[in-house]
Amino acid sequence: MPLTPVLTKRWLSPRSWELETYERLEGYQALRRSLAMDQDEIIKLVKDSALRGRGGAGFPTGMKWGFIPQNDGKPHYLVVNADEGEPGTCRDLPLMMADPHSLIEGSVITSYAVRANLAVIYVRGEAVHALRRLQYAAREAYDAGYLGTDILGSGFDLEVVIHAGAGAYICGEETALLDSLEGYRGQPRLKPPFPATHGLYSAPTVVNNVGTLASVPPIVLGGADWWKRMGPERSPGTSIFSLSGRVRNPGQYEAPMGTTLRELLEISGGLRDGRTLKFWTPGGSSTPLFTAEHLDVPLDFDAVLAAGSINGTSALMIFDDTDCVVRAVLRWTEFYEHESCGKCTPCREGTFWMVKVLERLEHGQGTEEDLEKLLDICDNILGRAFCALGDGATSPITSGIQYFRDEFMQHQKEGGCPFDPAASTLFGGN
Amino acid sequence: MPLTDATRAKAREIIARYPRPRSALLPLLHLVQAEEGYVTPDGVRLCAEELGLTKAEVAAVATFYTMYKRQPTGEYLVSVCTNTLCAFLGGDEIYAALAEHLEVGHNETTADGTITLEHAECLAACDYAPVVTVNYEFFDQQSEASALRLVKDLREGKRPLPTRGAPLCTFKEISLQLAGFPDERPEARDAVSVGEPTLVGVKLALQRQEAAPPYDAPADAPARTGSTVRTGSTEPGTPKES
Repeated sequence: MPLTPVLTKRWLSPRSWELETYERLEGYQALRRSLAMDQDEIIKLVKDSALRGRGGAGFPTGMKWGFIPQNDGKPHYLVVNADEGEPGTCRDLPLMMADPHSLIEGSVITSYAVRANLAVIYVRGEAVHALRRLQYAAREAYDAGYLGTDILGSGFDLEVVIHAGAGAYICGEETALLDSLEGYRGQPRLKPPFPATHGLYSAPTVVNNVGTLASVPPIVLGGADWWKRMGPERSPGTSIFSLSGRVRNPGQYEAPMGTTLRELLEISGGLRDGRTLKFWTPGGSSTPLFTAEHLDVPLDFDAVLAAGSINGTSALMIFDDTDCVVRAVLRWTEFYEHESCGKCTPCREGTFWMVKVLERLEHGQGTEEDLEKLLDICDNILGRAFCALGDGATSPITSGIQYFRDEFMQHQKEGGCPFDPAASTLFGGN
Repeated sequence: MPLTDATRAKAREIIARYPRPRSALLPLLHLVQAEEGYVTPDGVRLCAEELGLTKAEVAAVATFYTMYKRQPTGEYLVSVCTNTLCAFLGGDEIYAALAEHLEVGHNETTADGTITLEHAECLAACDYAPVVTVNYEFFDQQSEASALRLVKDLREGKRPLPTRGAPLCTFKEISLQLAGFPDERPEARDAVSVGEPTLVGVKLALQRQEAAPPYDAPADAPARTGSTVRTGSTEPGTPKES
C-alpha cells in the first residue's frame, strides 16, 4: 500500500494556498478542460470514476449530479458542505487552509456540470482560518476570471458565496444545512423529496462535501480509469485518513481507499509508547467502534459496512489500554445530547436519558439492567429519527457494550472508574 | 457600541449577497456580535427589521446556535475542546486548570472583561489534540502549563501567535469576519495554515518515494506534458502502481 497524495499533493509547497502556487501546480487546468466539454459528459465522467461522497455516506457523486432535473426552468444550486464537526474528523479544515483553490475549482466544475449559477460554501463558523483562506481564494479566483460572469470566455456564469455557520453539528446534515442556509434553525427535513429536486429554496440542489469536490479536478485531468486504478473497484480513489489519539505521529495520510489500519499504523510509526490498541473508530464517533480484531478490515465503504461499522469520514481515533471505554462513550453521548436539534422525540429524549444512565455507570452506580436499558433506548432511536444524528448517537453505546460489556460492569464492582484519567493525558503520568 | 446607520449599511450589504434576504440571518447575527459583543435585544430588533421577520423568529434562530452569545463576551473567547479525544489527551485537565485560574465556569467572563471561557465540542483538529482556540484561532497541542501561560499573556495585554491562524484580534473583530467581511491585515493573509500533523503524510510519501499513479491521458484529449503528479517543493519518486 503506497501513500498516494492527490488531494494533499500541494500542501508542502510554500504558500500553497495562493492562486499563483495553485496555477503552477496544474491548478484550473481541469476547469479549462471541463468548460470545453459538454456538461453531461462531465457528469458521465464522474459517474464512470465511481467517486463516492467523502462526507460520510459514500453516495455515488455522479449519480447525485444526474438526479438534478434539466431544463426545468428553475435555478440550480451547488451547496458545499464544509461544516466539518464529526468528532475525530479533521481533514476538510486542513484542506481548505492549505489548498482552498482545489475546492473552488471543484465547485466551479461541478456547478457547470449541474447548470448551477450560484454556489454557496457553508463553512463551519469555528473554522475562521479556513473561512479566511476561502474568502481570499474566492477573491483571487474572481480577479483571475475563474469566477463571475463569462468564466474564461465560456459564457458560463457562477457566483460564489462563502457563508459561515454558527456552531451546530447538526448543520453537517445536508437538509439541516439547507434550513440553516435559508436562515432557520438547523433542523433536518423529511426526505424525500431530496435536495436534488427540492433543495435550497426548494430548487434543485447538489450538496457535496469538501473532499468530494476537491477530487473532481484530478478526475477530470486523469480520467475515470486513472481514479479507479487506486482503491477497490466499488470504492475507488484516494482518501485522506486522519489518524488521531494514541499514535506516535497523528495527522493526515492520503492513501487508496481500502487501506487498513494495520498498514497505516505500520508506516506512520504505530501507537505511542508501545501501548496496545484497545478500540478505534473507522470514521468518526458516529461509526460503531472497532477493536484490534478489525486491524485488517479494508477501510472502504463496503468492507467496513460488512465488518459491522461505517466508513464515514476515514477519521481514525485511536484509543489504547489506558483509556476507559465507558468514559469515552459517555463523553460522545454528551456530545450527541448537546447537538441533538430537538426535532425528533426519540433522539431528543433518548440522548438525554442515555447520558443519565451512562453517568451512573461511569461512577460505579450502574447495574446490568442499565446496560439493557441503554440498548433498549438505542433500539428506540435507531431508524426512528429524521436524520443520521440519532442513529450515530447509538453507535458508540451499542458497539461499546458489544465489545466491552465486562468493563462497564467492572465500574460497578470497583465502585467507580478503574482508570486514572490524569495518567492518560499527553502531558501526564505516561 | 450602539447599532448605527453604518451597521445597517453593512447589514444591507450582507443581505444583497443572497438570493433571498432571510439567508442573511446567520451573518447578520455575527454582525450584531461584531458591534455589541453578543446578541442583544437591539441586535435582534435590527435583524428583524432588516429582514421583515418578527423578533421571536430571530431570537428562535439566535438561541439555536452555540456561537451566538447571550451575555456580554470578553475580548477573547477561549474555547477548550473537551470532546472525547481531546479530553482524554488532556483537554479535561486544561479546562479545569483554566476555570480554576480564571475563576469562571463555562460561558462565563472574567471580572476584568478580558476572557470568556467555554468548553467546546470537537473543533476538527483531533490530530493536534489537545486543542484550545482563542477567538477561534488554533493553539495546538496544548498542556495545562501552556494554556495557563496563554491566558496569563492575554490578560497582560499580550497577543501570543496562534500555531495555526491569523494573529489574534478581538472577539468583535473576528465576528465581523464571520459576517463575511474578510480580514484585510497582510499578516492574516501570510499566517500559518499548516503544522506537522497536516504535513506528516505528504512528507512521508516523499521520503518513501511514493505517489499516486501518473495521470492517464484521456483518449479524447490532447496529449499533455508534465502530467505526472507533482508536489510543489520536490520531484516525487517513481510513481507506483496501487
